[in-house]
Formats: sequence, C-alpha cells, structure tokens
Amino acid sequence: MAPCKDWLKTIGKPFWTGRRMSTKTMPAEAASREAETLDIELRDPLLAAFLAWLVPGGGHLYQGRTGKGILFMVCILGTFFYGFYLGGGRVVYAAWNVEDHRWAYPCQLGAGLPALPALVQAQRARTGRGPLWGGFMAPPRDGQELRNWHFHLHSYFELGTAYTMIAGLLNVLVIYDAYAGPMIILPQQRKRKPREGPKQDRRKRGGEGVQDNSQGKESQDVNSQDVGADA
Amino acid sequence: MNLWYALPLLVAVSLVYSATRNEHWKPILSHAVRFGVWVVGLMLAVMVVLTAMNWLG
Repeated sequence: MAPCKDWLKTIGKPFWTGRRMSTKTMPAEAASREAETLDIELRDPLLAAFLAWLVPGGGHLYQGRTGKGILFMVCILGTFFYGFYLGGGRVVYAAWNVEDHRWAYPCQLGAGLPALPALVQAQRARTGRGPLWGGFMAPPRDGQELRNWHFHLHSYFELGTAYTMIAGLLNVLVIYDAYAGPMIILPQQRKRKPREGPKQDRRKRGGEGVQDNSQGKESQDVNSQDVGADA
Repeated sequence: MNLWYALPLLVAVSLVYSATRNEHWKPILSHAVRFGVWVVGLMLAVMVVLTAMNWLG
C-alpha cells in the first residue's frame, strides 16, 4: 500500500463509513516531522476488535503485533486480577436490583472473558438457581451479605472495584487500537490557532502595541514547546 | 489507605495509554514516562488544592 500523505483522513473512517480497513499508514513516530511512514497490517479489524475485547491483547496477537499484545495482556489482566485479589474475589459481579445497582460491572465487562462468569452467575441468581463454581463472581444474596462484604474487606472492596473497572476501561482503548490502529497525535494537531479579537483590536486602536507584540511572541514560544510534548 | 496502591495502577495506565498512541517501543516508553509524570503532577496539584481548602476551612 502506498504511503498516504493525508493519513489523518483515515482515522475514524471505519466507524463512520462502515468500511473495513486492512492496513493503516501513518508516521512512524508522533514527534517526527519526517515523511517516514509505516504500514500496520490490521487484518480483519472487526475480528481483531472482538478478540481484543475477549482477551486483552488477543487482537494484537492475531494481527501479529506481538509486543503490544503481550504488553496489553500483562498490564490489563494484571490490573484486573490484582484488583480481584484485593477485593477478596467479591468485587466482580453483576447485579441490578432494589438493593444493589452494580454500575461498576459494565466497566469491568470491558476486560472481556475474565469478567464473563459474573453474567452466568447473575442469570442463575435471577432465575432462582444456586451459584456455580463455589460462588465465584456470584452476586450477594441480599443486602445483608453485601454489607458483610464491605465490613470484612473495608476499603479494599472499593480499591479492588476501582482496579477492575480501570482494567476494563483501559481495554476499550486497546480495542480501538486493534480496530483502527494507534491514535497518533501529530505535532500539527496540537498547534493552537492564533488568537484573534480583543487583543488585536486593542493594538489597532494603539497604545498597547509593543506589549501585545511581546505577548504574541510569548504565545508562539509556548506553542512551539507544546509541539514537543505529547502528554 | 496506602498510597503505594496507586503505583501499579499508574504504571499500567501510562503504558497502555501510550501504547495506544504509538507503535514502537521507544516512543511508547518515553510517552509513558511523560504521561506518568504528568499524572503524578496533576494528583499532587489536586492534593495541594484539597489540603489548602481543608486548612482554610
């Protein structure tokens, strides 16, 4: 595939046009102003996105982006299971009833397969059947049991919930990366438009011309510093 | 609550975020370091503001 100079137009295209994109051409480094480009083989982006959701990093392994796949897998699964451990194995469950609206679970579900047993347990609880696997990821039977969990785990319940939620939300970024490639921020995107309006009007009226010029120069310097900073 | 619990979270978030914005290891790691420093600075700033509000209140 020939390098495309206007690669920015490719960002987001699959979302809005529904087209499949098998490769993506982009600058090799965000900070580089050179015309060096690299092609990324995204293979089937939808399948890659599904695999990335199912197992964090799985989509990248499927695409042959092994390093990033392992990085995502270690970071996201490590965060998820560490949070699960901190929360005493109680923080990942699905429940939506009068006593407990478990709003954290949709975020945890972003981690994919590791959070799916909670759906099975929730379905069994909803139909009045007993939990499987010794209550692994099962919702609390009632409000009293939930209060007992909070009492015994103290703040670790919230800490484990936060860890597992963040793991799931991070995987949303990873899914997008598997689907459409990295969202590289080019220096050109970070440039601010020069200010117009009151300051220029004041200068035209006279009296503050020298001061405004110095401010304008300072503003340009700030912009040039911003160009080098990605974060 | 021990603040050290924030450290693994900070490392994981920095690495994953920067890896979704770069493709090679060198820019990923440098971006992750900058992002981590930025997050720590933001948290320190929030802590200073909250401490000041607590002190004034």
